[in-house]
Amino acid sequence: MRWFWYASPQTFFPLAGRIALWCGFAAALLAAAGLYVGFFVAPTDAQQGEAYRIIFIHVPAAWMSMFLYVLMAFWAAIGLAFNTRLSGMMASAIAPTGALFTFIALWTGSLWGKPTWGTWWVWDARLTSELILLFLYFGFMALHAAIEDVRRADRACAVLALVGVVNVPIIYYSVQWWNTLHQGASVSLTRAPTMAKTMLTGMLLMALAFWLYSIAVAMLRVRCIIREREAVAA
Amino acid sequence: MAAIAVGVAALGIVAALVLTAFEKNLVFFFTPSQVVANEAPQGRTFRIGGMVLEGSVKREGVEVKFVVTDTAKNIPVVYSGALPDLFREGKGVVAQGQLGPDGVFRAREVLAKHDENYMPPDAAHAVEQAQKTLQMK
Repeated sequence: MRWFWYASPQTFFPLAGRIALWCGFAAALLAAAGLYVGFFVAPTDAQQGEAYRIIFIHVPAAWMSMFLYVLMAFWAAIGLAFNTRLSGMMASAIAPTGALFTFIALWTGSLWGKPTWGTWWVWDARLTSELILLFLYFGFMALHAAIEDVRRADRACAVLALVGVVNVPIIYYSVQWWNTLHQGASVSLTRAPTMAKTMLTGMLLMALAFWLYSIAVAMLRVRCIIREREAVAA
Repeated sequence: MAAIAVGVAALGIVAALVLTAFEKNLVFFFTPSQVVANEAPQGRTFRIGGMVLEGSVKREGVEVKFVVTDTAKNIPVVYSGALPDLFREGKGVVAQGQLGPDGVFRAREVLAKHDENYMPPDAAHAVEQAQKTLQMK
């Protein structure tokens, strides 16, 4: 593979289009399968009844919100270190999708909290740190929009993105480090998942669908950014 | 190079400050053991969290009395108002209110704290049965 060949926005432009197309299709298929499993195959929960089913949107969205931030910071760091044009564009392309998933995680969590906990919102460590993540995404986008010279904007935003990365492990471990109303993780790398198999299948299908959707949308967005910033003969 | 070193050092300090600030203020609730050990704020509103002790829930009109336990210590709680659907004996609860001089916690808000286990009702029933047979042995 000629990795550096694609480091140039002009050569990456058509590839991004193809990736967006395939990932978009795959995301739609997986989301359909995931929603089917989530709503029709997965059993009712013993404690929460049907209310738990929002987990199929809530948890994958929350995972993506954190993962996309790390990815955005990764591209920002590459851009700072190697001064490549495409890296800053990638970071900018990821930010709105990350903010969207953060918002979805907060919103569905609120809808879930009312019938189960008895409240829409509490200021516990998990919820608060996830809200800070939303503000970090907003801050990234606002800062980028506020600086006219895009290359300078990229560098300023890269610093912001890197500083904000501190928040991601805080979100993830908040339920272990502090007493929170939010329950602990049902699925982690270190131990067996604490949920029924079909529930887990539905959740993982939705997570995959969200992944591919994020890739597709980020690729479409990076194409727009390339068009804006560079003279592309396409 | 120097700028990067300063930046990394600054980042580390920021992270440390944020974490210590969180450590002190982001405790969402105190456990009954902490309350008994006087670690909870005195004469101020705070939250206690734990399990609703089995068989402790008593309803008198609109008033509900129950005991919050962390298996080591117990705190009696009085509350009048609607309880969340998932408020159950033996399950997690977080109550906000004030501790009276008589050691009874007067709650103004009660929230249910559910666990991270999701399973169908028949599986939950099977788990319950298995635990009962274990206890009998």
